[in-house]
Formats: sequence, C-alpha cells, structure tokens
Amino acid sequence: MTPVLQTFGLSKQFGALTVADQIDFQLEPGARHALIGPNGAGKTTFVNLLTGRLTPSSGQVKIIGQDATQLSESERVKLGLGRTFQINSLFNKMTVMDNVSLGISERLGISKKMWRTANAFKNLQEETLEILDLLGIADDANEIVSQLPYGKQRLVEIAISLGLKPKVLLLDEPAAGVPSMESGRILKALDALPQDIAILMIEHDMDLVFQFASRITVLVQGAVLCEGTPDEIAKDKRVHQVYLGDPDE
Amino acid sequence: MDSFLSAIVSVLFYGVAYGMVLYVISVGLSITMGMMGIANLAHGVFAMCGGYVLVTALAKYQIPFPAALALSFILVALLSVVLDRLLYKHIYAAPELEQVLFSIALIFIAIAIARIAYGTLQQPVMLPEYLKDQFTFLGRDFPTYRVFIILFSSVLIAALWFGIENTKWGAMVRATVDNHAMAQSIGINTKLLFSVTFALGGGLAGMGGALGAEIIAIQPTYPFEQLVFFLIVVSVGGLGSLKGPFLAALLIGVLDTACKYWIPEVGAFFIYVVTIGILLWRPMGLMGKRA
Amino acid sequence: MNKLIGFQSNSRLRMAEFLPWILALLVFFVLPDYLSLGAQILTYILFALSLDLITGYAGVVTLGHAAFFGVGAYTCGILSAKLGITDPVVLLLCSAVVCALLGFGTGLIVLRTQKLTQLMLTLAIAALCYEIANKATPITGGADGLTGVVIGPVLGLFKFDFLNKTAYLWCLAILFVFWYVIRRLIYSPFGITLTGIKENKQRMQAIGVPVNGYLLKAYTFAAVVAGVAGALITQTNQFVGLNVIGFEPSGEILVMLILGGVGRIYGAFVGPLVYLVAQDYLAKQFPEYWNLGIGMMLLIVVLFAKGGVLGIVDKLKLYWRGKE
Repeated sequence: MTPVLQTFGLSKQFGALTVADQIDFQLEPGARHALIGPNGAGKTTFVNLLTGRLTPSSGQVKIIGQDATQLSESERVKLGLGRTFQINSLFNKMTVMDNVSLGISERLGISKKMWRTANAFKNLQEETLEILDLLGIADDANEIVSQLPYGKQRLVEIAISLGLKPKVLLLDEPAAGVPSMESGRILKALDALPQDIAILMIEHDMDLVFQFASRITVLVQGAVLCEGTPDEIAKDKRVHQVYLGDPDE
Repeated sequence: MDSFLSAIVSVLFYGVAYGMVLYVISVGLSITMGMMGIANLAHGVFAMCGGYVLVTALAKYQIPFPAALALSFILVALLSVVLDRLLYKHIYAAPELEQVLFSIALIFIAIAIARIAYGTLQQPVMLPEYLKDQFTFLGRDFPTYRVFIILFSSVLIAALWFGIENTKWGAMVRATVDNHAMAQSIGINTKLLFSVTFALGGGLAGMGGALGAEIIAIQPTYPFEQLVFFLIVVSVGGLGSLKGPFLAALLIGVLDTACKYWIPEVGAFFIYVVTIGILLWRPMGLMGKRA
Repeated sequence: MNKLIGFQSNSRLRMAEFLPWILALLVFFVLPDYLSLGAQILTYILFALSLDLITGYAGVVTLGHAAFFGVGAYTCGILSAKLGITDPVVLLLCSAVVCALLGFGTGLIVLRTQKLTQLMLTLAIAALCYEIANKATPITGGADGLTGVVIGPVLGLFKFDFLNKTAYLWCLAILFVFWYVIRRLIYSPFGITLTGIKENKQRMQAIGVPVNGYLLKAYTFAAVVAGVAGALITQTNQFVGLNVIGFEPSGEILVMLILGGVGRIYGAFVGPLVYLVAQDYLAKQFPEYWNLGIGMMLLIVVLFAKGGVLGIVDKLKLYWRGKE
C-alpha cells in the first residue's frame, strides 16, 4: 500500500543552524504514529515543513505518492493533509458550528457561492453535526468558541481539521494546555477518530503517547534518532539517555 | 553643460536638505512603529507643533533662534509624553483599524486647534540674519539656511546613531524592535522604554518640523498633506530600521526636488510610482526586518 | 446583537430593514428642498457600503478607497464632457468596468502585503490617482475641476432637473440594487468565508481556503461599487472636483463608516446620514469647530463606543429589554 505521507532527506537550515536534518519518514494509511523528542528537537518545524508553511532547504515531501514539495499550504490541504495547531487557532467570535462548517464548506466547493443564502445548505449542517457528535461537543454547537473551556476549544481545533476529510492528520500537541481533568476528553476524542485516517501526533504527554500510538519516531536536534513500536522505544538505551531518563534508575 | 551641472548640484543640494528634514521627522516614527507595531498616522502633528513653536517663539517672543529650536524639541517631547500617558496607552493592543482611526481623530483635532489658534495661512519663518541669504563656496552660491539644515541634521543624526549603537538605551531599543516578547522576558520594561522612545521620537519630529519650516510650510493642513511622505520614508526604509529610512528620505528628497525642477507638470507622481515599485520588490522596505 | 453572521444566520428581511427605504421616499415627498443633500447622502451610503464590505467584513484596512470613488467620478465626467457620452446607465457601466480593472490590478499588488506596507500601498495608490487628477488639467480640469458634464435623461425618459428630483430617485434606485446584491453576498457562503478570513486568516489558509483569491474578488467588487458611487456623484452634481479623490475623502468615508458602525450593513447607512447632515448644518456655521467636533467624536467612538451609533443603539435595546 502506498504510504500516505513520505519524506526523503527533508532538511531545513536557517543560515548555520540546521533545524531539520535529512529526515526520512513514512506514514502508512490508518497509522497511529507519534513523534516525540526533547524541546527544540524540531518537531513543530517538521510539521511546518510537511504542511508547506516552511519551504525545505532540500529534500522531498510526498502526499499519497504525489510530490508536494512545491505545493502551497492550501494545495496540500486539497491533497488530503490536515493539521491542528499547538496553540488554538480558532475563529473565536464565531460559533462552534461555523468554525467547523468553514472547512467543510470549502471542501465541498460551497464557500465560493455568492448568491444563495448560507443556511440553505442542509448537507453542510448535517456533516458539521456529525463531526461535532463524533467528538462529543454537539451540545455546544451554537456556543461562541471564546466562551468555551479550553479543553473543549481544543476539541473544536481537532473538529475543524476533521471537516477537511483529511487522509493524513497532523496533531500538534493536542493535549497541550489542557488541564488534567479534561485530558480524558481528548483521549476519548482521539480514539473516536476514523480508522482510515493516518494520524501523526506530536506530544510530550508520555501517557497519551503510549496509549495512543502503535509506532513512535524520536526526533533529536532535527534528526531521526530511532523509530519503532512503543515497547522498542521504551527499551531503547539511546532514547533513555536523551529523553526519558536512565532505565536503570 | 556647465549650467546643467550647476542644476544637478543645486537639485542634489536642495534635495539632500529636504531629505534630511524628512528623516529627522520620520525616524521617531520608524522606531516607535517598529517597537510597538502601532500604526501612528498622527506623527505629522508633532512635526507641525514643532513648526508652530518655532514660528511663534521667533515672531511673537523674539526668542533667539537656537533657543527656539531647542524649545521645539522640548515642548513637543513633553506633548508626546502627555498624549502617550493620556491617550495612546489605550490603543497599544488595539487592532489596526482602531489605531488608524485613533490617529485620524488626533489629526482632525490638531488641524482644528491649529486653525483656531493661527488661521489657515502659512506661517512665515523669521530666520535670524546670520542664517539668511547665501554664502559663496568654491565659486558657487549656497543658501546659508540649507547648509545649516544639512550640517545640523548631520550632527543630530550622528548623535542618534551613536546613541542607538552604543548606549544601554539603544541596546534595549534594538532588542525590543527585534523581538518584543523576548525583550520583555529578559526584563526590559518595554512600556517605559516605549514612552521614553516615543517622547524622543516626538521631540525629534518637532525639531524636524521646526528645522524644515522653510521647506515644508507650517499650516493647519500639514499633518494630512505630509503624512504620505513620512509614511513613505518609513515603509520604504523599513519599519524599525534606523538607516533604511535615511536612505529612503534622501531618495525621496532628491527625487522630489528633481521632479519639481525638471518636470513640474508631473508633480509627485514619480514618488508614488517609485514607492509602489520598491514596496512590491521589497515589502519589508529597503532595510526592514518585518513587513 | 452584533453577532457575526454565520452559516445558521437567518437571512430573511427584518421589519426594521424597510425603514431606510420608507424614510428615503418620505424625504422625497416631504423635504423637496433637501434633495441635493439627500442625493449626496445616498451616494455616500453606497460608497460606505463598498468600504464596509472590504474593511468591515473582509478585514482589509484601506486608506485609499476613494481612489475608486474618484476614478469612477472622473471616468463618468470625462466620458461626458470630453467624449459626449451622456446616457447615465452607460456612464455607470463604464465607471464600473474601469474601476473593476483598477480594483483588480491594485488588488493584486495590495493584497500580497500586510499591515503597514499594505496600508502604505493603499495610500500611495490613492495619492497617485489624486496627483494624476490634479496635474492632467486638459483631461481632468486639474485643481479647478471638470466642468461641462452633461447627463442625459435616465432610460431616455427622466431628465435631470434643477430640483434634483431625478438625481435623488436615480441614486435611490441604484443604491437599492447594490444594497440587495451586497446583502445577499454577506449572507452567502462566500460572505461568511470573508468573515472567517477576517477572524483568522492563517487558519483559513490552513483549511485550504485560497484566501488571496477570495479577497481579490471582494476587493474588485468593492472597487466597482465605489466607482459606481463616484459616477453617481458626478451625475448628480454635473461636475467633478478634486475632493472626490485621494487620501482625504478616503479618510472621511472611513470616519463616516466607523461613526455608523463598521462591520454591519446599516452602519453604512447611518454613518453618512449623520455625518453629512451634521456637516451640512455645522460646518457652514463653524468650520473650525466642525473638524474639532468630528475629531473628538471619532476619538470617543474609538475609545469607548467601538460599534458606532448602531452599537449604542444595540446597547440601549439591551437595556430596555432588561427593564421589561
């Protein structure tokens, strides 16, 4: 099966500083993959390179077998790549429904329509409610996003990306900033995500990582240190040295 | 051929004098906009005030010229402080549209006050005898006042550049322009720094307005009419940059003078075309750090 | 009250929305001496609507919108005075086309940039247009303005009379048409997407919306509407002066819109009405104090009453509802 996401020798330098170092990476369809690494390892940079927010100094990005290295952010979205942001990037003064509908509307080609009134598009409403239901926030559909607790906002963040019906979803620290009593909600939402979407998650919360991921990649100083199943990673001495702490302690 | 050369020298000379005045007025705007990201379109008000201070000091109170010039700096700097503490602090974090409207409001108010206090006509500048007329150098006649403008501005600018590069204040300004959040987290009191810098920028604008009162006429419509040029100097030079606006100001000064001399029918047309061209090619300005 | 329009918003006409038209017709019958001012107000409402679309809804702050107003006005004037084209509908169409081209061209330049650079570009473009109008005296009349503008009867039937009756109704009709179109646009998916772009441009890009393309469409359309408004002014006054182009009228229309309430359709109605009526009465009596008054009012609005007049009306409504 074609990997849905691939990078070949992906690198990025800012002058003398290398933030991404020859990264070879692969994501299979339906993957539950986590990317971990110490602070400053270049994880968000890698995501930005994948989505097109940053242009690489060298290397290639392929989305579902297609070379996407020269494509813009919105073009990659059309290919099936979605992402969430580490710090919520929502449409704060709009309702939860509208936040999610915006993406769906664009995908369905509805947003360029200038004459018919928006509330006439019932299919838009239905699809939006489906996603809200999936993540457990359907009751808040008509709430203004800025009035919601942070944990629910985080879910809206994910809901927006789901509206794009991505084949690959990049989650940038979905639990970041969420108070521990609400993080259960995040995990529940992650479990509910459709099985056919490949998911790459950046996280620091190791409990979440080990519960969620079937494969883990460790990134250190912009380069891949190692990759494997959670068990393999948990036992790997190098990972312990760099990141998790000595296993003998 | 000789008269053409002579014309070029004249244009360069007058152009540079005009450019220097533009720079002295605009440099404060560049720094404060770069520091706080505030769209302060009312900057021309400070220059106008400085001009009115000078003109009034000379004509009404017979204050000697050097003192009048100093006064234009001091009084306008004080005005900046007052306006900052009273009004500007409300819009530090406001969205762009609000900042623009705020500045327009200030411009309206300033124009009205100027009109009520001074009437609509241009203010004549009573230069002291020793700055009038011309003097001869290398067989050419140079207007004394323009020479004074160039020399005095050069000293001011040199002092400013030295200050920014070599003092603690200068280092803090550079840090804050470069990365506001970072500067705050290493303990720089950015609010105080901004107020001080704003006062300095305002004072310089006042002095520039006073200095240039002969070139850029002091009248109530000043802030509206000259706004375009100050903004051009800052955006073409590069927000937050010190040297960029200097280059831009000289460019504008010489270009404008050249156009007015050789193709007066066209007016400021070329200035705008050049501005648009430069901003398209380098949206962050010639030496700017952010767009 | 000023909830952002969304996909669930009800777009049916509310009772209050009939008021402006009833009022406008009343003025026609009851205040025949004020039709000249009335036509001017109607035109500026159209101008304000176009600005509201691009700044209030799409979030592009421009200090040069009067470039389009002015070019529309001068196009109409020049075609009439120099080329003898006098049919008002044809003239409106020509202004619309010229401004569409100008809007598209300048939009390509302006929308690629951000913040100060963008602001500066809009200003420079308006200043450029002013300079051309000012200096190209043989074509534009220069500082003295363009005279000799002759406007033929509307649809060949309704002549432009000295009492401004035809002008008033003509402006009202055109305003009505564009109001309807813009209102539909705002409630359409495109309109809501524009609102989203204003709310969070970055996120819109991240969800695949071709932001610049949409903004360009909006910008071009706003230019067309402003251009038509400019043509209307020329047709009403049968004259074009420098006061319709450049930075000052751009600033003025922005002020009018803010006073009414930016980001809402009827802000564009209330603003010019209040401003121009006040100006007509006060500016002639106390010109210096007019500027002072406007400046202070603008300051108060920016600091304390960001929603303008309509914002205050909303707050009053809430207060009255609370009392019941």
